[in-house]
Amino acid sequence: MSRPLKMLSVTALLLAVVVVTPHTTPFLLMLATRIMILAILAMSLDLLLGFTGIASLGHAAFLGLGAYLTAILAVRYHFGLGWDFWLVVFFGILLGAVTAALFAVFALRARGVYFLMITLALSQCVWGLAYRWDSLTGGDNGLNLPSRPVFGTIQLGNDTAYFYLVFAFFALSLLLLYVFVESPLGRSLVGIREHETRMRILGYNVWLHKYIAFIVSGAFAGLAGVLWAHVSSEVSPEDVTLTTSVDALLMVVLGGPGTLVGGVLGAVIVLFLREYLSTLVPWWPYVLGGMYVAIISYLPDGLLAIGARWRRAPAVAAASVAGSAQGPTRSNKLEINQGGIE
Amino acid sequence: MDMRFWLLQIFNGVSYGALLFLLGSGLSLIFGVMRIVNLAHGSFFLLGGYVALTVIWTTGSWLLAIPVAVLVIAALGMVMERFFLRPLGGDHLRQVLLTFGFVLLFQQGALDIWGGDNLTINPPRTLSHSLIVGSLYLPLYRVFIIGVAAVIGLVLWLALDRTRAGATVRATVDDAQMARGIGIDTSRVSTLTFGLGALLAGLGGVIGGGFLGIYPGLGFEILPLAFAVVIIGGMGSLGGAAIGAVVVGLLDNFGKVLFPQAAYFTLYAPLVLLLAARPTGLFGRE
Repeated sequence: MSRPLKMLSVTALLLAVVVVTPHTTPFLLMLATRIMILAILAMSLDLLLGFTGIASLGHAAFLGLGAYLTAILAVRYHFGLGWDFWLVVFFGILLGAVTAALFAVFALRARGVYFLMITLALSQCVWGLAYRWDSLTGGDNGLNLPSRPVFGTIQLGNDTAYFYLVFAFFALSLLLLYVFVESPLGRSLVGIREHETRMRILGYNVWLHKYIAFIVSGAFAGLAGVLWAHVSSEVSPEDVTLTTSVDALLMVVLGGPGTLVGGVLGAVIVLFLREYLSTLVPWWPYVLGGMYVAIISYLPDGLLAIGARWRRAPAVAAASVAGSAQGPTRSNKLEINQGGIE
Repeated sequence: MDMRFWLLQIFNGVSYGALLFLLGSGLSLIFGVMRIVNLAHGSFFLLGGYVALTVIWTTGSWLLAIPVAVLVIAALGMVMERFFLRPLGGDHLRQVLLTFGFVLLFQQGALDIWGGDNLTINPPRTLSHSLIVGSLYLPLYRVFIIGVAAVIGLVLWLALDRTRAGATVRATVDDAQMARGIGIDTSRVSTLTFGLGALLAGLGGVIGGGFLGIYPGLGFEILPLAFAVVIIGGMGSLGGAAIGAVVVGLLDNFGKVLFPQAAYFTLYAPLVLLLAARPTGLFGRE
C-alpha cells in the first residue's frame, strides 16, 4: 500500500470506530475504551522497540505512575474530578516524561538483554512502592476512585462520554507519534535501530537520540496511565507488574513493530481474546498462549507483515533459483541492539 | 531488638536465599549459555511443586516426589528448548516473548489440573521439628533447605569445574562461536543446560512448596526475585548466583522487617544502581 492510501484507510477505520462503537453494546463500548488506552501504551513502547530498537521490559512502570498519580490525587485530595482533570492529564504526562528521563540515565548504560534486566528492575521499584507503601497507595487493595471527572454538563461517568474522550486522546497520540517518527529525529532513530555504529560514525549523538525517545515514550505511557485509572475506577499493584509490561511488548510484537498501528492491532487482539473470549469459553488462555507461541514462531514481523511476506515470497524464491548467495534480506526489526553483548 | 532477633532474621534471610539459589542458579546457567531471559522459569518452579503434590497424593511418598517432579520438569524444559526456542535462532527478544506464551499455557494448565486453591507440600515429620541452638528455635525444614542448596551448589560447582561436560558448558558460556569452532555441539549443550536449569527450578518448587505453599500466582511472584539473584551475581556465574541469592534473601527479609512500607524498593533500587554501574553484574563478563 502506498503511504496516502495507508493514511486514508487508517483514518477511515478510526472514523468507523468512533461512529459505530457507541451504537453497539455497553460491553463493547468499554472494551473499545480499554483497547484504545492500552493501544496508546503499546504505541509508546513501539517507539522504543520498533523504531529505536531497544526493548524495555518495564513499561508498566509509566502506566502505573500515571494511574497512581490520578488515583492518589482523586482519593486523597479530591483533585482532578472537574475541570482540573486537564491538569492531572498534564501532570501525568509530565510525571511519565520526568521518570523516564531519570530511568533512562540508568537504563541506557546497559545494552541488549541487560537493558531488559535493568528496565525490569526499575519497574519493580515502582511496583514495590505501589504494593508496600500502603499509607499512600492502598497497598495490595489499591485505590478506588470516587467518580470520573465532570465538566459542567458533560459527565464522564457516562461510558459513552468517556469513550469519546479516550478516542480523542488516542487519535491525537497516534497523530503526534506518527509525526514524530516521520520527523528527521524519528528517521535517525530508525537509523540507530538498523546500524548504531554507522550512525555514531556519521556524527549522531546516539545516546541523546535514545534518551529523547525514552522520554517521549514515557510521556505517552503516563498519559495512558491517567486514562486507565478512570476506566474501571480502580488502580492496583497488578497494573504495574511484569505481566503488564510483557503484555505491552506482546501487543507490539503481535501487530508488527515499527508500524505504530501494529501496536493498536495487538491491543485489539489481546484484549478481545482476554475480555470477550473469556465470557464465552473457560479455556481462552490456551488460545491466547497458543497464539503468542504461533505468531512469535511463524510471523517474526507480526500480523501486519503477512501481506508483505506473501508479496516477498516469490521474489525470494526467484532469487534462490538464480543462485544468489544473499538469501532473503529480512531486516529483523525485533533484533535488539547487540553492540556490546558478544 | 536484641541479638536473638538479628540472628533469627539473618537465619530466615539465608534460608530464603538458599531457596532462591536453586531457582537463580538455573536461570543464570540458562542465561549464560543461551542469552535467554527465561520468563517461564517461575512456571517451572510452580509446576515442580504441583507435580510433587500429585506424586504425594498418589503414592504418599515425599522422597519419591522429589526425583519424579524434578525429572518431569527437566523433560518439559528440554522439549521447550529443542522444539520451540531453538528454531528462533539467536533472536533474544522473540525467545523471551515465546517463554511468556508458555507461561500462559502452563498457568492455565496448572489451574485446570490442580485448581486455584493454596496447597501445601507437607514435608516428612522428621523435618517439621525445630532445632534448638542456644536460645534460638530454628525450624529444621529451613536448615534442610540450606543444606540442600549447599549440596546442590557443591555438586554443580564440581560438575562445571572438574568434568569434561562442565568444561564444554563453560566454553559455551565464554564464547559460543569459538566453542562451535573447536567441535563442541553447542546446541546439545543448550538443550541440556535448559533441562538442568528447569530441573533446578523444579527442585526449588518441591522444596519451596514446603513453606511458601503452592498457588497459581506463585510462579510470577517469585520470578523477579530470581532475576534479582542473577542480576547481582552476573549471568552464567555459579558463585555469583550463590552470593546473589544470599544477598537477595537478606535484603528481602530485612526490607520487610525494618522498612515494611518500602520493602521491595529497598531490594530493587540497589539492583538498579548495581546494574547501571556494572551492567553485567558483579561476577558476570561481557
